[in-house]
Amino acid sequence: MSDLNSQRRQFLKTTLGASAVAIAPGMLLYGMAHSKSAAASDKVRWGMLIDTAQCKEGCNDCVTACNKQNGLSGGTKPTDSQFIRKISIKDVSTGYEQSLPMMCQHCEQPPCVDVCPTQASFKRADGIVLVDRHRCIGCRYCMMACPYKARSFVHEPLTDQNPDVPRGKGTVEACNLCVGRIDNGQTTACAEACPNNAILFGDLNDANSEIALKIRSVASTQVRADLQLNTGIRYQGL
Amino acid sequence: MVDLSALRSKNRLFYVLLAVAGLVALGGMYAVHMMESHGHIISGMNNQIVWGIPHVFAIFLIVAASGVLNVASIGSVFGKAVYKARAPLASLLSIAMLGGGLTVLMLDLGRPDRIIVAATNYNLTSVFAWNIVLYSGMFSLVIVYLWTMMERRMNPFNKAAGLAVFVWRFVLTTGTGLIFAFLTARQAYGSALLPPMFIVLSFAWGLAVFHVVQRVIYLWNEKSLDPAIQQRTKNLLGVFVIGSLYMVATYHLTNLYFSHQTGFEHFILLNGGSITNMFWWGYIVLGNLLPLLLIYTPGLGKTKCVIAASSLVILGAFAFLYVFIIGGQAYPLNLFPGYEVSSSFADGQIATYQPSLYEFLLGFGGLAIAFIITTVSVRVLNFMPQDKPYIAD
Repeated sequence: MSDLNSQRRQFLKTTLGASAVAIAPGMLLYGMAHSKSAAASDKVRWGMLIDTAQCKEGCNDCVTACNKQNGLSGGTKPTDSQFIRKISIKDVSTGYEQSLPMMCQHCEQPPCVDVCPTQASFKRADGIVLVDRHRCIGCRYCMMACPYKARSFVHEPLTDQNPDVPRGKGTVEACNLCVGRIDNGQTTACAEACPNNAILFGDLNDANSEIALKIRSVASTQVRADLQLNTGIRYQGL
Repeated sequence: MVDLSALRSKNRLFYVLLAVAGLVALGGMYAVHMMESHGHIISGMNNQIVWGIPHVFAIFLIVAASGVLNVASIGSVFGKAVYKARAPLASLLSIAMLGGGLTVLMLDLGRPDRIIVAATNYNLTSVFAWNIVLYSGMFSLVIVYLWTMMERRMNPFNKAAGLAVFVWRFVLTTGTGLIFAFLTARQAYGSALLPPMFIVLSFAWGLAVFHVVQRVIYLWNEKSLDPAIQQRTKNLLGVFVIGSLYMVATYHLTNLYFSHQTGFEHFILLNGGSITNMFWWGYIVLGNLLPLLLIYTPGLGKTKCVIAASSLVILGAFAFLYVFIIGGQAYPLNLFPGYEVSSSFADGQIATYQPSLYEFLLGFGGLAIAFIITTVSVRVLNFMPQDKPYIAD
């Protein structure tokens, strides 16, 4: 009798253990997938303030960090994707030279979103302009419409992608303001990598954030402000 | 007594022509397959010249598809008998060219397999999305219009269908012009002049295509066109060519007046190398001046001259679109007015563009599709213009 009992107990234990082992990975994955369920809030407007006086000619650290973050090759052929690039500008009349990073300006009124036929280009509630790689049909109209030449087209099949930042041949891509990092409470890869702290990332809508305080106290400009797109990326010292 | 051997050889010629066009279309499919598997890297397009030769072909076909309907409108809407007799052929050409053009446009997409997304996720603010409705609407309307002409019981609806097509094609070409007119930041585009310019260009290009096709059909059927009719459509082509030249001149001259646009205009008109040559020699001389000479010089203007002029107008159209599309993108965006700009992403530089063979294969594939639709339809249905001996109007 006791032998039978112990056998039954053993059977129940084994079954329970096996069930736990079978269910646990699923539960874990489900938990991981749903842990960040909070939607982007329209109370927030993510942006960056770039101090061109602090940006050094020849330094490419932000570009390197961006390439690593997004799994880009770092190539500079006309067919290679560049989410961020360093631009050298020289005032024609005075000869004054500056260097600055240029990327998607995350406009409040983004022309790329207006022209996209499939709503693949979209602006998240918190102001980040993104491309839905599953909806993009690769018409490149957004690239025609972008005033900042911020977008690239994936011209070749891709290998060794960064699983956090999926890309796709035949679709358009651009700076995503490191949306995955932001959702994890981190700053953008370029801001983190800048050795001179020339890039300040933060919430433009939060009156007490460092970026909002600074924008109130220093003169900043938007590139092609004449287009009245209200960019999320501002420049100081231009 | 019918000469059977002549009929047989003509029959053979028809199938040879069809086979050749089929091969060209197959070449286009091959290019699509290659671009699908290798990516657009095998085209000459890049991140600066994002629209290339396929778009030159596609936009020519779509604009001419709208313009050729002018022949039909003058007949159906304005009641001119000479043009009414030509309305079925004009409508057929419109469908054929629209079909060819849209195929090229669609197959050049980075992900043509996802074309259905354009219907399931519609963006109301996108002129591209509007055009999807405009193009498919035009297709259906012209088919209905053809039906009202070719089916006797539907004849009473012909006037209404003709009017609908007339309005629709104006809106459609406006939509094509708006694709560029809405590009606020590009020097070459972003002008409200572009939609009317495209409409006038479409008149000339469409009529030129019509002349050439009509000539081939008359030759095939061993008929000759009434010189009085030729005279009328020839003069109309002249007016359209002058009209389009006027629009293009206005576009460039207004640009020249704005100092922030002079850099771009100097690039197109003076120092753009192949772009400049294409504009002056390809578009202005071959596409406009020479056709005008052929049309209006006393003693000229006979059949051969009209066909030569029409062919040149078509060539000029390709030159114009190359300058407009490729040249317009090659000139860099002006991110920092008043500054010299350089970067690893070719900021501040004139872009270079070497179109690849695949792009031409795709473009000619579109022409071949238009050709096949036209030749097969002309053979199985009666599209031959039926003129009455007396010209009423």
